[in-house]
Amino acid sequence: MSKPQNAPGDVRSKGLVDYLNDENVRAVLYQVVAIGLIVLAGWYLVSNTLYNLEQQNISTGYGFLDLEASFEISETMIDYSAQSDYATALMVGLLNTVKVSLLGIILCTIIGTIFGVARLSSNWIVRKLATVYVETFRNIPVLLQLFFWYALIPSAFPHPRDALEPLPGVLLTSRGMYLPVPEPDNAYTLMTIAAVISCVVIYFVKKWAKKRQDATGQPFPMLLAGIGIFVGLVLAAYLAGGAPTDMSMPALKGFNIQGGYNISPEFMAVLIGLTVYTSTYVAEVVRSGIQAVPNGQWEAADSLGIRRSIALRKVILPQSMRVAIPPLTNQYLNLTKNSSLAVAVGYPDLVSVSNTTMNQTGQAIEAISIFMSIYLGLSLLTSLFMNWFNKKMALVER
Amino acid sequence: MSENAKLPPLPTGTFSERAVAWSKKNLFDGWFNTLLTLGSIAFLVWLIPPIVEWAIINATLAPSIEACAEATGACWGFVNANLRLILFGTYPFEEQWRPLLAMILLMGIICGSLGAVKYPSLRKAIIPMWVIGVPIIAILMWGGVFGLTYVQNSYWGGLPLTLILSSIGVIFAFPFGLLLALGRQSHMPAIKTVSVVYIEVIRGVPLITVLFMASVMFPLFLPDGVTIDKLLRAQIGIILFTAAYLAEVFRGGLQAVPRGQFEAGDSLALSYWQSMRLIILPQALRLVIPPTVNSFISMFKDTTLVVIIGLFDFLGTVKLALRSDPAWTKYYVEGYAFAAAIFFLICFSMAKYSAYLEKELRKGEQR
Repeated sequence: MSKPQNAPGDVRSKGLVDYLNDENVRAVLYQVVAIGLIVLAGWYLVSNTLYNLEQQNISTGYGFLDLEASFEISETMIDYSAQSDYATALMVGLLNTVKVSLLGIILCTIIGTIFGVARLSSNWIVRKLATVYVETFRNIPVLLQLFFWYALIPSAFPHPRDALEPLPGVLLTSRGMYLPVPEPDNAYTLMTIAAVISCVVIYFVKKWAKKRQDATGQPFPMLLAGIGIFVGLVLAAYLAGGAPTDMSMPALKGFNIQGGYNISPEFMAVLIGLTVYTSTYVAEVVRSGIQAVPNGQWEAADSLGIRRSIALRKVILPQSMRVAIPPLTNQYLNLTKNSSLAVAVGYPDLVSVSNTTMNQTGQAIEAISIFMSIYLGLSLLTSLFMNWFNKKMALVER
Repeated sequence: MSENAKLPPLPTGTFSERAVAWSKKNLFDGWFNTLLTLGSIAFLVWLIPPIVEWAIINATLAPSIEACAEATGACWGFVNANLRLILFGTYPFEEQWRPLLAMILLMGIICGSLGAVKYPSLRKAIIPMWVIGVPIIAILMWGGVFGLTYVQNSYWGGLPLTLILSSIGVIFAFPFGLLLALGRQSHMPAIKTVSVVYIEVIRGVPLITVLFMASVMFPLFLPDGVTIDKLLRAQIGIILFTAAYLAEVFRGGLQAVPRGQFEAGDSLALSYWQSMRLIILPQALRLVIPPTVNSFISMFKDTTLVVIIGLFDFLGTVKLALRSDPAWTKYYVEGYAFAAAIFFLICFSMAKYSAYLEKELRKGEQR
């Protein structure tokens, strides 16, 4: 019997052409060809690379990471000297990238939210000012902004000899800003532990408060209680640690300022540039997030007799967050990626340190593969976290 | 009748009465708004006069270092004296009409392509414009034929280079991005995986790493004896980078086309490529025009990154001019302000146009 797809009277057996017209067979064929081409291209490039490396007497592998780096890094968050190995140097770069990105993310969120709300203000002049800010700084390349701040900061502030002192202990000089910091003491370790413990305690109290409100309808002043627990525990740890009061004050010694915590001009330039640039995008995200909540939601809250401040917190913001989180994630990722421009102003971030490593060792492929995979890892981590957060905030439909 | 009762009353009264009413509503509505208004005005009074004084009143245009040293305001003379270096980089002085012409031609093509969205009669001209225009630009820039002297591309620089890198980047990334977007939508697991991995890896790393890869690793990839120059490597890096972003833009467009359209293609027994070409892509690409323009804007801004790998784009030539004479170095504010103004003009007008297009394209849906 002929198969159903063959017309009656068709005596041909299934030939090669029929096979080639079969969608599934074609799909397999296409994929085999595509993979084959990619493998071929990859093999060609790899063999060329290996040949070229052999010609240039460059050995491959990550062994160079254990060698002495023998270059100084101006800003380090961990112990590092020119005698440390390359792996430590790259770690210093990574930490610097994380530092500037985290601070930038926090600052651009605050500034961006202010300008995003200001663009929706009922006040005409505030609205226009916010628009000018957003339109100006988002349409100028971020690298140009970095160059500008980097040129401005050293020339806008005086030589360390005549440092400006806007607040007691805070010095502004052409070599950056100096802040007084507490001398290291065991009490601060204790306080950090107390802060972590208080967060755990607050989490459980919040759970209990929610349960109680669900059962009895009685609200619990969570915000006050939370602040109380946190401040109380940290203060207790401070007192238990002996309440140290020694401060490291920055002061002029010889030709430079000693002591205190130095915020370098490079760091300031990168931070200001990234924050200003990204805050304009955050402002737009915030604005569209708020605009996405229909006016009816305000009116519904009004008609339920909910106070406006509570309506904003409990009705409007949760809904606008839902709209704003995915684009906000993108902006945070962009800021983290743009922090690689630090290399242009000499802030020792991951790319900058890798670049030095690359130039010293000639291990281009290894260095590039390291920083590319680290950025990829950072991006993946951020998007995983934000996806989780997004799911938590997402609308639970029936 | 009741409809009319709901309308707000028409503004009446003299101009000054209306002005007072307007400012009451928009500026002095409650104590908080009054405070904000007064604060903003104080801020503007603090900010604007010194800037005007610096940039216009006390400024000098004279292209000499002496005049600048005397002036208490801005030294636009720096820009004036170095204008051709800033605009065209180290391109041979006598031949600088060529990059100027190329730049104008390129801007014309870009404007024509953007205008085609609004004026459908231009639509058929887009592909011929690029196919004819790009070789003309290449001939103008490189020369070597028709009596034009040959200019190595290591001498190219300034605004033409920025425009070339970004527009060629987007144009060449266009087909590649489209293929990647189709690959991502594909039912074939291997092709889908390859596309997804490519898109996500490139989008996960900063452009500067791709440029580093292009400038350092590409020479290693090539067989012995074959070399490609720095500019071309950067251009390839930019194309590879842009393609991943465009792919996501196109995916948005493809997903916005209703399923019924795909099924309609199937039911007419069109092949995959036929239904894509005739049914899906015309609809999808129309939707993605505004975000594509936005990609072009961000590419235009990101092209400045080639400074880091040692090319002299528009930002690079400004830095070059600042360093050309130690006496000029302190006029960096003027130099960067000039570059910022040009970038702003181009990006802002394109962004406004793209927002306008978005509104225009949505008109059809509002019935």
